[in-house]
Amino acid sequence: MSEHDHSRTFQADHPEPTSEAALTGLALRELLIEQGVYTADEEQAMIAAMQGASPENGARIVARAWEDDSFKERLLANGAEAIKELGFDLSPLEFTVLENTERVHNVIVCTLCSCYPRTLLGMSPAWYKSANYRARVVREPRAVLAEFGVTVLPDVEVRVHDSTAELRYMVLPQRPAVSDRLSEPELAALVTRDSLIGTQRELASAI
Amino acid sequence: MTGPRYRPGQRVRIAARTPAVHHRVPAYVKGKVGTIERVCGKHGEPERHAAGKSLVLRRLYRVRIAQQELWDGYQGAPQDKLDVEIFEHWLEDEV
Amino acid sequence: MSPDAPDKAALPSGPHDIGGLPAGPVDRAEHDTAHWEWQIDAMLRLAMQKGALTDFAELRDGIERLTPKDYEKLSYYERWARSLASALLKKGVVSSSALQDKIDEIRERQASRR
Repeated sequence: MSEHDHSRTFQADHPEPTSEAALTGLALRELLIEQGVYTADEEQAMIAAMQGASPENGARIVARAWEDDSFKERLLANGAEAIKELGFDLSPLEFTVLENTERVHNVIVCTLCSCYPRTLLGMSPAWYKSANYRARVVREPRAVLAEFGVTVLPDVEVRVHDSTAELRYMVLPQRPAVSDRLSEPELAALVTRDSLIGTQRELASAI
Repeated sequence: MTGPRYRPGQRVRIAARTPAVHHRVPAYVKGKVGTIERVCGKHGEPERHAAGKSLVLRRLYRVRIAQQELWDGYQGAPQDKLDVEIFEHWLEDEV
Repeated sequence: MSPDAPDKAALPSGPHDIGGLPAGPVDRAEHDTAHWEWQIDAMLRLAMQKGALTDFAELRDGIERLTPKDYEKLSYYERWARSLASALLKKGVVSSSALQDKIDEIRERQASRR
């Protein structure tokens, strides 16, 4: 599953950072390792764990909810508890799943910083962290959604969720019109990162 | 352990303070009125965390506000909403 | 308060408090996270795990205390780096002279590699 097509511009191998602030960060890191606060191996393991998280985790949860009504009920009632069934644990944060319907479209932001359920969705996109998204999506969500190619009909409620404290959010997109015979992994492959944030509403019926 | 002060459906006002310390209340909702959408759990008060003070747990709520009440000339649909998480010590009864 | 007369907006409490402010179009370009950025991210989490920092609130507070100019010109992880430095210096986990010496050392290392 990939929500980037191959025309996306990869940044070339990042040159070493030279800004004062970046070097401050790297210097801190070296001092902490020298002081034994943590080790380079622990750092490597932490980075590997963070890089291992991706929207495929969120997609698995969505596919299970599409297939299993009672799981969906549990997920919507208490997301943090329900995802433990799939091996995920976000505690002490409260994981909150927002169901898109014919009547409601949900979209998520953290205006104050960029809180994001990294364990379930991987690294947040640059645009999610951007000032323009954070400033505008709370005030003119439909205009911002239009920039993402999403038009929400006027009779559908757009509900913006500003992740201001200890909750982390994921949208449960509407299931596309697909065969009932698709397996859970096949369903999960249809779910994109942006649909889990709310900057995509319709999912394709095939990859 | 005291129970939650507010319940779902209750109208509340978000306080309009600007303390000098880290607090998780965006300016754009300060002073606004909304409805308790759900009662969440208890979490450490951010103001104390940032100041290195001992942990004090506060009840958290999700508050739902009509976009038309948040923004002058809101450009969306009249039923559009915005949900924010606000700690109990930032909420007041709406008079 | 009359619902017909929306309250005057509260003043932002810092450069981070930007919900609702005028801003430009969203740049949707994807950007890979650089290795040094992952290292900053890992540093925060490991520092918390090991007790050098107690809570994300410390990181956020430091970022919120940046000047508006710095907040705007620094990238996301540069802000983290500045905030982490501030927190760790304040707690005495590192000294400012050790930090400056290490920055100089890294610069020299980079220069010798070019």
